[in-house]
Amino acid sequence: MKKTSSPHIRTRNGTSRIMRDVLIALIPAVFAGTLIFGLRALVIVLLCTVSSVAAEFFWKFLSHQHMALSDCSAAVTGMLLAMTLPASVPYGIAVLGSAFAVIFVKEICGGLGQNIFNPALAARAFLLLCFPRALTQYPAAGSSYPLSKMSDIVSSATPLHEMQQRILPEASLWDMLIGNIGGCIGEVCSLALLAGGIYLLARKVLSPRIPLACLGTVALLTLVFSKSGYPLEWMLYQLLGGGLILGAFFMATDYASSPVTPRGRLIHGAGCGALTVLFRYTGIFPEGFTYAVLLMNAASPLIDQLTAPRRFGIRKGATE
Amino acid sequence: MKKTFHGGIHPADKKNLTDTSAIFIPPEPDRVIIPLRQHIGTACEPLVKAGDRVKIGQKIGGGSNMQLPVHASVSGTVTAIGPMPHPGGGEVPAVIIENDHKSEFSDQIVAYPDPKNLPQNDFFRILHDAGIAGMGGAAFPAAVKASSAQSRIDTLIINACECEPYIVSDDMLLRTEPLRVLSGTMLLAKYLSPARITLAVEDNKPAAIAALKAHLHEFPDIQLNILPTHYPQGSEKQLIQALTHREVPAGKLPADVGCCVFNPSTAAAVHDAVYDGIPLIRRIVTVSGEALEAPRCFLAPIGMRFSDLIEAAGGTKKNIGSIIAGGPMMGIAQETSAVPVIKSTNCILCLPKKEEPPQPRCIRCGKCIEVCPMHLQPLYLYRSEISADHASLEQLHLSDCIECGCCSYICPGRLPLVERFRAGKKAIKEAKRK
Repeated sequence: MKKTSSPHIRTRNGTSRIMRDVLIALIPAVFAGTLIFGLRALVIVLLCTVSSVAAEFFWKFLSHQHMALSDCSAAVTGMLLAMTLPASVPYGIAVLGSAFAVIFVKEICGGLGQNIFNPALAARAFLLLCFPRALTQYPAAGSSYPLSKMSDIVSSATPLHEMQQRILPEASLWDMLIGNIGGCIGEVCSLALLAGGIYLLARKVLSPRIPLACLGTVALLTLVFSKSGYPLEWMLYQLLGGGLILGAFFMATDYASSPVTPRGRLIHGAGCGALTVLFRYTGIFPEGFTYAVLLMNAASPLIDQLTAPRRFGIRKGATE
Repeated sequence: MKKTFHGGIHPADKKNLTDTSAIFIPPEPDRVIIPLRQHIGTACEPLVKAGDRVKIGQKIGGGSNMQLPVHASVSGTVTAIGPMPHPGGGEVPAVIIENDHKSEFSDQIVAYPDPKNLPQNDFFRILHDAGIAGMGGAAFPAAVKASSAQSRIDTLIINACECEPYIVSDDMLLRTEPLRVLSGTMLLAKYLSPARITLAVEDNKPAAIAALKAHLHEFPDIQLNILPTHYPQGSEKQLIQALTHREVPAGKLPADVGCCVFNPSTAAAVHDAVYDGIPLIRRIVTVSGEALEAPRCFLAPIGMRFSDLIEAAGGTKKNIGSIIAGGPMMGIAQETSAVPVIKSTNCILCLPKKEEPPQPRCIRCGKCIEVCPMHLQPLYLYRSEISADHASLEQLHLSDCIECGCCSYICPGRLPLVERFRAGKKAIKEAKRK
């Protein structure tokens, strides 16, 4: 009889199930993106997913590592990156971004669970610096950008562009919810993203700490420091625009690059929210979530150290 | 305030796997193996030698206060005294008795003549002489625990949580003989004089709760606390936290926060010892698991081999992978089924073969921190253990780990957390000895 160590039972919910759940949670947003921006959006999503998986294969082959594609984590990285790209982005840029995310952000740090920065957002930041035009020209909702045509981008202003001029956007709040606005593939339809987020919370893949702290901080700050005569509307547009919902549920919550302690997660979420508002108000880009998350990623190890749990049995009034 | 503790998990309780229609009596074993150490402490000295005839209840091992006596559980002949495999691991000297199937009782079994006016010192001596050790798993000598807690505590807790999956031993005891438990509890209360006596049960035992409620009016001092099912609620520190909101600090005992905790089987054994003079010679054992033909509960003599009880429960199925003494969360896997039932054996679990887990890998999901009832950070402990960083392990309070297994259970990356923590504790101890 083999002598195994206790516990002798384990939950069936392994890493690959978590990754599959994240992929499932993104399906509504991919579907919405395809409806809004046409078939090209779907092609970009598939291209990013496939090239991320291929990049991981390539890296593991080169470095003689055990093949561990079954956990789907590379697919998650690729799909998340695609969410942050406009449907009009050239195919080559999408492939380059996916390869960068997997190899330079994730694998070089040691692979799954070891990366310091969120792979999808770090790759987006990289692409934003290299190809600012391709990344910031957004097709309008319903524009159905052609699959093969590479020029003539009919750029549309996103609601956050308009808000940089201290005015409420033309699109209604309902448009913001259903995604009838210009923007990236996976950030426009807030309803689809919320559905995915709630699914992840229900499956206990995520604890609500990071998304709630993040959205709550943005809500509070934009309400208090409103730049419009209608602070409530201003706040709602800020919450629903610029990929904040996507970021709060799918980016800031990345396990590897965010703190692990419960209090650390609250600080992380609040930090992402506060920096986003700061960058939106003072930066040259209308949205600020990408850099907010990357900065907070860098602070995660420190936050973890500072928020270590209180030792059991050590507190005032321990004996009542 | 809500009665709960920090962290914990909710594994499937699997308690309905076992036939709970009765506590079954197994066929008399032909031979019993009675280890001379069945408690936390040092092994006792044998009081018999090979060739001696012994009767049921006869003291066959004894010694000082920390050498808890052991008794013959069958009548027959001592065939040998020597090291035998022990369910706690390794080998321990044991008395082997060949059963003569005459079931003769020793004349050492004498009920105390006047149990109503039993002096305190006699009470503690009876608990010691009856060989009573905690029957919930840790097997701490009851007399030592009770005498060190007397006049220091305000809360006496009977821990009937039985939070480990599969195990129904305490549940069955409460269903069938609540009076023995309640009467034993009142005996303990009489000599510990707590302000509050509480019996804690989890809400997945409705039959036991009903049986208790039918008799509680005879015991107005005992308060019944029905807690939501939550592992590891039966862990002493966690139960104290749930019931009193007090935390037992590292290195301290429950009595240091005014509590003393006993298992219901232990309370029943106290009753038997005082009123009937019967030492601890048998106990209820749940024999369960998916790799067993007919899971059921037995009232088994101490010293009966696991293999005999497994056979009495219909034998194992072909898919048998491991035999465990105790529950699936904290039990100890056995190399052989020839080990005997000891005072703390509440369960024998036969689990099917498992697939080899994939390569372990931490994804930093943080679930281990959420579930740790001791406020530890298992993922960082694991990292320090792998790099043998003893200073960091102590800084992260490795010694606080109660090895409840919640972190390993929940880990999606399949890290062998508890296994490494146990190895780490051992390595630190060895390094300090040098």
